[in-house]
Parts: sequence; structure tokens; C-alpha cells
Amino acid sequence: MTATFAQPAAATAPILSAMRRRRLAALAVPAVILAYFAYIFVSFDIAGLAQRARMDNAAILLADFVSHKVHVSRDNRSGTLVSAIEGEAKGTYPDGTHPDWVTVEPSRTVIDLGGGHVVTYDEAGARYDVPGYGLIDIRPEGGGLHLTAPEPLPDWINASGNRVTVTTDAGRFTYTRSKVETFRYFAGWELFFFTLDSPYHGKGALALLGGLMTGERIDPARANIIGMAEDFWNNRMWRHGDVAWAIFETILMAFLGTFGAAIISLPLAFLAARNFNLLAPVRFALRRVFDFVRGVDGLIWTIILSRAFGPGPMTGALAILITDIGSFGKTFSEALENIDEKQVEGVRSTGATAFQRARFGVIPQVTPVLLSQVLYYLESNTRSATVVGAIVGGGIGLMLTQAIQTQKDWEEVAYYMVLIILMVMLMDSFSGWLRRKLIKGE
Amino acid sequence: MVDVAFGPEPGKKPATPAAAYLHDLRRKRLYGGLLLIFFVASMASGFLVAQERNAGDFLDGLQRLGDFPSEVFAEAWDKRGNLPGLMWAAVPSLIETVNIALASTLIGALVAAFLSLLMTRGIARWPRLIPVLRRVTDAFRALPEIVIALMLIYILGGGAVPAMIAIALHTTGALGKLFSEVAENADLKPIEGLSSVGATWGQQMWFGVIPQVAPNWLSYALLRFEINVRASAILGFVGAGGIGYELKIAMQWGGGRYDQVVAIFLVLFLTIVVIDRLSDRGREKLVTGR
Repeated sequence: MTATFAQPAAATAPILSAMRRRRLAALAVPAVILAYFAYIFVSFDIAGLAQRARMDNAAILLADFVSHKVHVSRDNRSGTLVSAIEGEAKGTYPDGTHPDWVTVEPSRTVIDLGGGHVVTYDEAGARYDVPGYGLIDIRPEGGGLHLTAPEPLPDWINASGNRVTVTTDAGRFTYTRSKVETFRYFAGWELFFFTLDSPYHGKGALALLGGLMTGERIDPARANIIGMAEDFWNNRMWRHGDVAWAIFETILMAFLGTFGAAIISLPLAFLAARNFNLLAPVRFALRRVFDFVRGVDGLIWTIILSRAFGPGPMTGALAILITDIGSFGKTFSEALENIDEKQVEGVRSTGATAFQRARFGVIPQVTPVLLSQVLYYLESNTRSATVVGAIVGGGIGLMLTQAIQTQKDWEEVAYYMVLIILMVMLMDSFSGWLRRKLIKGE
Repeated sequence: MVDVAFGPEPGKKPATPAAAYLHDLRRKRLYGGLLLIFFVASMASGFLVAQERNAGDFLDGLQRLGDFPSEVFAEAWDKRGNLPGLMWAAVPSLIETVNIALASTLIGALVAAFLSLLMTRGIARWPRLIPVLRRVTDAFRALPEIVIALMLIYILGGGAVPAMIAIALHTTGALGKLFSEVAENADLKPIEGLSSVGATWGQQMWFGVIPQVAPNWLSYALLRFEINVRASAILGFVGAGGIGYELKIAMQWGGGRYDQVVAIFLVLFLTIVVIDRLSDRGREKLVTGR
């Protein structure tokens, strides 16, 4: 045994040194990555980010994703009282009506926020009774507001001369000289099915489902099922009809772009393949064109095209089309160069023309490769179409960026996000199914 | 013989091979033809719908297609002396764009590597988690970067970090799936050997699986880096910093600063081409070992 260890000592030396090198490399890679992250940390100013981050915005966003609020506001000058869901005109309760937790009496309004929190608006001003703390009383005096509340003031009461804001778990209360406003929060998305002006609002799911086909007509003019479908589809708050159309438009952009690019690049790929085109300069030129188209990037094509064609889904489809011509041209011509020449030979021996050779000798060989490529792109382009749509102004991407830019309709953002995820997953499984069906013939 | 007397049963293939072949061929052609008609019809009607919803007309647009680029390039040509300086000035924001792409690819790839080991049948640590993790990565992959980026811009303010996080999330989803497909084909014998000497799960993965899958994983990560450079340029255009943002500012200025547009465009184009070339070469080397 000793002999076998001792004897190859000379032979093991290079192996051992190679091992040492590899161990060093194995340590160096994490070290380099770590150093790079340290550089990024400094370069992106991540330390300063903690201060710049608006955590209150994050709280608003997350709360809005899963809940909604109802505003009960009084104009202090005219005395008019309005209840509105999310404070939007579309969600305003019809004249003189209010949610059942708001009691309107001739001289005062009592708002029950639940859990013992009660807000009262009266002629002298407003009061907020917070359980466990006491009564917050606000009345306008001279040019400012006079606040009476148990001292010391907690940090959830924010008071200045012209404005008092109280934020509790039950809701939010704001008093300014012109207006007093109370928010009460509720779980869930508001008016998702029917808006307040629909006769089906607030009827309860079981009652509506039970009376879907039979039962008394809630709206005498329409059958229940038709009325419900119409009111849901034309919901002014959520615009389900428009959203469905936008999703369709996005898929349309991806579909037209991907297949249009495939149709255009197939003949070009023949011209760029070594075994079909003997003119080297043409091949070279075409390849550079493909490289150029790919290199210019979808963003720039999108900008150039939207200048020429104006905003809309066709512009988006063309942007996807042009970008994909570069990728398809490259991969298609590579697939064509890798075909088995024997089949072409066989077709040629029957006296077939060049077109027939391509049709019967080449296409059947490359179809599976090309088709799987195209279907893969179809799926990935559905996602790109969302982004392209945001830039050219079409489809769900546009609705999404608009909803984000208003910075208050986050529940709609959440809704669109869910729909986009579902849409992409659907396209993913659809293209996978089609691929199996067409290629493997299952 | 019954067939001879009564003819073939309905739906049954004809008896002779030639007839059977022709029968099949006819059916195939019929299906193919129907599919083609359906495809052409949906392309045509889809195009018409898209054109109707579009602000500009297709044929009008085609004539105007060259207007904007020629306007831009004409102006840039007049001021061609400015180009080198402007290109140099665009380099810092270019570096930011590439950094966004590189950092997000690294983060995404590292997380994806870990997740993919946990969601591959046969080597997962907790097999019950496999379907859960797969759905999670599916959702990450399905979410376009722009959605996350815009929401993060609302919270964190504009800049590179929202884009980095958004692209990293998407990269995690995309690479997680590809990595796990590679790991599925890994040879399980090294794991058996390692577990027989008492190696922990982490050691089994590190010494048994990672060396097998590393070349393919790296090649996928490089491809993703290429894609992410483009994505980070696009996200810049919606306000997430980098060269896309510079381009947007210059474009909004309109005439008078087209030389800057061309300079940024050239820098971006050259970078994308160089990165494509390098990653092409690198991937070939990784996969073929040459």
C-alpha cells in the first residue's frame, strides 16, 4: 500500500495543484459576487433608500389592495352631507341616502365606525368619541379651529391651526374649515359586481343566484340574468367590459406580431441559409439586417413606429413584429442549415422544382423546430405586449399604467395584475397544448 | 371478406394500403386546409380590428415610417461634431442600465438556483413543497416587470432599485423553471453516493448536483442577462432610471436635441450588440466545452 502512495507522488502533483486552483476559483467566485453587490449597494444608494422610501405609501397601497373606504363628508359652508365609496363620483350614494351606519337627524349626523368609535357632526362643529381615550371636540372659532381633547395629545392626532386629522384603527377623521370628512374602512373590493345605481346592488349573493333564472324580476324591464349580466359588464367603477376588451387587444397584439413575424421571416430565412442561397453577399447582408433589427431593441422600434402610426394596438403589433423578425430570421435560418439533405435529395430525384423541394423536402423537417419557437415567442410576447401597450397606448398595459398613475385606484391595479397573471398563464398552457398537439400529434 | 361483400364499415379505413394512404392524406389535407383558412381569417380580421382601434392608418403610417428617423438623423448629421461628446456623456447612465441588468440577473439566478433544487422531483428537500414553489415561480414569471416597477416607484421613488427588484423577480421565475428542467435531467447516482457517506442535503446538492448542471445554468443565466439589459432599458423609459430615462427626456424635448437621441441610441445599440456577441460566445463555450 505504501508503495502505491509513494510511487505516484510525482504524478499527483499536477492534480493537486489543479485542485488547489479550483478551490481558489471556488472561493474567488463568491468573493467577486460579494464585491459586486457591495459596489451596487453604494452605487444605487441603497442605504439612502431607507429614508427616501415612503412607507406610508406602501401601507396605502397594501390596504387598498384588499380593502376599500367609504367617505362621509360634510361641506361646512353649505352643510350638504355626501356619502361616497372611495370618494368617487361613480360611487356616490344617491341624494339623501347613506349607508346604514350613518344616522342623519335634522340637526346632527351620527357616524358609527364600529367598536365604540362614534363621530358626530353637528352645527357647532364635530366630535369624535374614541373608546379608551375620550372625546375629541372640534369647533371653528374665528379664523381657526379650536380643539378640545384629553391632554397630552397622542401622536395619532395631528392638529394645526387649520386642520385636525385623527387616525385610528376604526377609520380616519379630518376636519378643515371648509370640510369635515370621515373614512370607514371595509374589507374587500367595493362594488365589484354592481354599482350603487344598479337595482341588483346589495341584494346578497344567494338571493341573486336563487332568482337568476326564475323568481320575481328585480328590475321589471329586464329578465334577472340579462339585467345582472348587463349591469356587471357595464359596471362604471370597474369597467369589466373595457377590461375584457383590453385583454383581448393585448393578446391580439401578441398574436399578430408573432405570427406576422414568422410569416415574413420564413422566406427571408431561406435566403439567409447557406444551403439554399449560394450568393454569399446576400446571405451576409440579410444576417446583418437580422442582427441590426434585434440589436436596435423593441423599445426603439416601438418609439419610431408610434410616431408613424399613432397610438393603438396595431402599432404595438408592428413593434413586436419587427423585433421578432430579427430573432426568427436568425433561428429559422440556423434550423434550415441543420436539415438532413437526404430528404431534399430524394425529392429532387423525382424532378421536383426548387419550390417543391422546399415544400416537401425541407418544410416537414423544420416545422416542429419553427413551430415550437413561434409558440414559445407567442407566450413571451403576451407579456411584452403588456409593456409595449403601456408605451404605445393600447390594451391592458395602458389601463394598468393609467391606474397606477392616478396613485389611488390600487384595487384596480391589483385586479389588473391578477388578470395579467391569469392571461399569461393561460397563454402559456395554451401554447404548450398547441405545441404538443401539432408537433407530437397527440 | 365481410368487407368485400358489404363494403367497409363507416369510419373504418379502406382495405388496401394505397387507398388507406390516400384516405389519410385527404383527411390531413382537409384538416391542414381548415387550419390554414382559420389562421388566415383570424390574422386578417385581427389586423382589421387592430387597425380600426389604432389612431393612425396602416398605409398612411407606412409612408410616414421614414419621416421621424430621417428627421432625427438629418439633425444629428448636421451636429455630428457633438456626437462623440454626447455619447461619452451617456456612458454613466448606460453603466447604470447594465448594472441594473447584471445585479438583477445575479440575484435572480442565485434565488432561482436555490428554488429550482427545491422544486425538482427526486432531489427536493421537502417534496410536498414542489407544487407550491412551482405555482409561485409561475406567478413570478407571468408578472411583467413593468407592473412591479411602477408600483415600487410609487413606494421607493424613481431610480435604479425598483427596476432591479422588478427584473430580479421576473428573472427568478423564468430561470427557476429552466434551472429545474436542467436539474431534472441530472444523474442521481452522485447524490446516492454522497448520501451513503452521510452528506447533508446541502452537501449533496453542492457536490452532487451543482457540478453537473453548472454549465447549462450559466448558459441560461447569460441568455437572461442579454434579455435583462433590454428590459432595463425599457423600464428606464417608464421612469426607472438608466439610459432609457435619458432617452425619454431627450425625446420629449423634441427637435433640437435629436443629436442626443442619436448618441444615446448608438451607445445602447453598440452595447446590446457587444453583450449579445459575448454571451453568444460564452454560451457556446459552456455548452460544447470548447
